[in-house]
Amino acid sequence: MTVPDVVVCRTGTANLASVLAALRRAGGVPRTGRSPDEIQAATHVVLPGVGTFGAAMDTLRDTGTADALRQHIDNGKPLLAICVGFQLLCRSSEESPGVSGLGLIDDGVTRFPDGVRVPQFGWNSLAPGSGCRTLVAGHAYFANSYRLESAPRGWCAAMADHGGPFVAALERDTLVACQFHPELSGCWGEALIRRWLATSC
Amino acid sequence: MLTARVIPCLDVDAGRVVKGVRFQGLKDAGDPVELARAYERQGADEIVMLDVSATPEGRHNARDAVAAVRQALGIPLTVGGGVRTVDDAGALLEAGADKVAANTAAVSRPELLGEIAGRFGRQCTVVAVDAAASGETWEVVTLSGRTRTGLDAIHWAIRAVEHGAGEILLTSWDRDGTRSGYETRLIAAVSAAVPVPVIASGGAASPAHLVEALRHGADAVLAASIFHESDYTVGDVKQAMAGAGIPTRPVPGHIQESHT
Repeated sequence: MTVPDVVVCRTGTANLASVLAALRRAGGVPRTGRSPDEIQAATHVVLPGVGTFGAAMDTLRDTGTADALRQHIDNGKPLLAICVGFQLLCRSSEESPGVSGLGLIDDGVTRFPDGVRVPQFGWNSLAPGSGCRTLVAGHAYFANSYRLESAPRGWCAAMADHGGPFVAALERDTLVACQFHPELSGCWGEALIRRWLATSC
Repeated sequence: MLTARVIPCLDVDAGRVVKGVRFQGLKDAGDPVELARAYERQGADEIVMLDVSATPEGRHNARDAVAAVRQALGIPLTVGGGVRTVDDAGALLEAGADKVAANTAAVSRPELLGEIAGRFGRQCTVVAVDAAASGETWEVVTLSGRTRTGLDAIHWAIRAVEHGAGEILLTSWDRDGTRSGYETRLIAAVSAAVPVPVIASGGAASPAHLVEALRHGADAVLAASIFHESDYTVGDVKQAMAGAGIPTRPVPGHIQESHT
């Protein structure tokens, strides 16, 4: 198998050290980038995201990355979206009212209800639905205050629970979107990254 | 369901893990990379590294240690010690920390927490609160316990969250290093007062102590010497947690015994 050419999108505020280290441990050769040319050249793209929905979306639009990501996805090439990266694929977020996301997932993310710890910090168990291939059952590390409440149509979903069910991850063909951090989810997360790196268009 | 976290703590001085009683009388306890990896294999849910270096060279070495641990570690890494500015926090995140903990500087200038949360997100922002008993309540102490601030620990925890802290690392100054068990009344009081997760620290000597802290409202338990001394593994703690009905992530590669 050829070594996948992985580009990790710089969304401005994200801490990329953990993502890069995990990709290396999983056998990838990652580099960072965000120009449309860099994304177009990649076989695999990772969309991480720490920080706010609005700030990350501004960066993606201002740098032309948003359009390049759309193109990458439309071409059926592998994308791994992580945490806020997952949320950026949605239509909107309560975190940044009025800001449009990439809209690939036609639903908005909302804040966890009162009565549970927010942010959700820690390992939660997830149950993949039928049709999931890259997503398998296990415990994953989450660090989030917002979440997608129900699985959108047309996606294979893995669900978890924190004050009610929420979407832990979605997959469709070579696109995997995780609300959790696979790069911080130990050997279970590393195995997930390996499976995703093995997918190709 | 969210599980309770077990967090080994590495106190790092000039790039080496040290252990001490009440932050003083430090002794060498090993290489941070080797220890962090060993704890991950034992089932640790997260690692906390506290830089206790007293010199700029020590701090520099500690930052290198963060980068080295990050390359080897597949679970979250929180780093604290000497975080005075938002740029200090940024440098640690860039080196490979997933969260940074501010302590003394946040007490002097609480806006620091908002600045870190504003630039990197609340999920990167931890406030470390060292509390000492003061009559029926607790007082915040800083500068490794050398200064009593007069601040009520519970009020400070609430304010720190308002300023931007996404998590509280709560250390009982009276119990730290004494191996006499966690200060469960303090844990219960702070956990009830804030909406964010609370990591309990200070005083652990046995798995039963960690279970007790979780039963009193902690979301995570931190311990150093019981793991460094090889008295118990993280797996031993998780077995005790499972036995007590506390949800826990199974140790990787092992099937957890069912106690239900």
